[in-house]
Amino acid sequence: MGLRDRLHPDLLAGVRAAGPIVLGIVPFSLITGITAVGAGMTIPEAVGMSVIVFAGASQLAAIDLVGSNAPFLVVVATAVVINGRMLMYSASIAPYFQSFGLRVRGLVAYVLTDQAYAMSVAEYESDGRRDRLRYYFGVALTLWIVWQVGTAVGAVLGAGVPDALGLEFALPLVFLALLVPAMKDRGTTTAALVAGTVALLVATVGVPLNLDLPIAAVAGVVAGAAVDARWRA
Amino acid sequence: MTDWSHAAIWAAIAAIGLCTYVIRLSFIYLFGRIESVPPRVRHVLRYVPAAVLAALVVPAVVTVRPTAAGTLLDERLLAGTLAAAVAWHTEDVLATIAVGMGTLWLLRFGPSLLGW
Repeated sequence: MGLRDRLHPDLLAGVRAAGPIVLGIVPFSLITGITAVGAGMTIPEAVGMSVIVFAGASQLAAIDLVGSNAPFLVVVATAVVINGRMLMYSASIAPYFQSFGLRVRGLVAYVLTDQAYAMSVAEYESDGRRDRLRYYFGVALTLWIVWQVGTAVGAVLGAGVPDALGLEFALPLVFLALLVPAMKDRGTTTAALVAGTVALLVATVGVPLNLDLPIAAVAGVVAGAAVDARWRA
Repeated sequence: MTDWSHAAIWAAIAAIGLCTYVIRLSFIYLFGRIESVPPRVRHVLRYVPAAVLAALVVPAVVTVRPTAAGTLLDERLLAGTLAAAVAWHTEDVLATIAVGMGTLWLLRFGPSLLGW
């Protein structure tokens, strides 16, 4: 009996769904490892950060700040603010895992990322029959492994990845493919249009502390809920 | 290169990791303790995926430049627009990536390959 037969089909479905995302994560993780060592961190520190923090954007920001000798509190606060968006993911995905024990939910939380959240919720809403936990872990653990290996390889190599390929562009393309089916009615479409517009405005103007995503997402959610309430009234 | 001590680096990693974990666990923990998610909260949470995804996609695809032409004739915007059309018709992640990356590379490397 091969490994494929022993693994649950819904777990495998999650692993397969993570495939395209891996394309975008590999260069991202390599760059994170490379910049960590370039900033003066050791290989165990670079890898330890990926295992303990496991949140790419915040890791890159923290590495950058450590490299420029920023104060301790600034580094920690910046990274934590960047990860504040996960509060929304935690709230949004929590109802699906309500019935599981604390230990399982503790592990669910540890591997919660933008991609695992987005893929799983999209899947739950389009196909209710999937084993939610297995599918989630299929996506999330695959990304966890790729992230750890990628940062380790980047830290060890320390050399440049061809920037010109622009492989990091694969990540927004994944989100785009998930966004289209998420805009399924008046409310969700409004939420997406407003959030996208505000995100662009905020990115163009520039706001401190990397608050771009939370500001745009909250604006979108408020607009979506308001439009929907008006339509129903 | 940083002047930080190794102890300081590990302390920062631990602090960021702990705070990030608390953020991730927050509602996953809370909603397991209460009987059910209040309908009001559930109603608002409906809009989170679309809003978050749009907020991630738009700034990564669009860059506002001083001129309209500069903004519109951007390789990522052109690639993203084609990819959006594919996403709309197929709802397939791999097809969306293939068309988006393919367009980006064509715009980026095509002219020089053709000797323009």
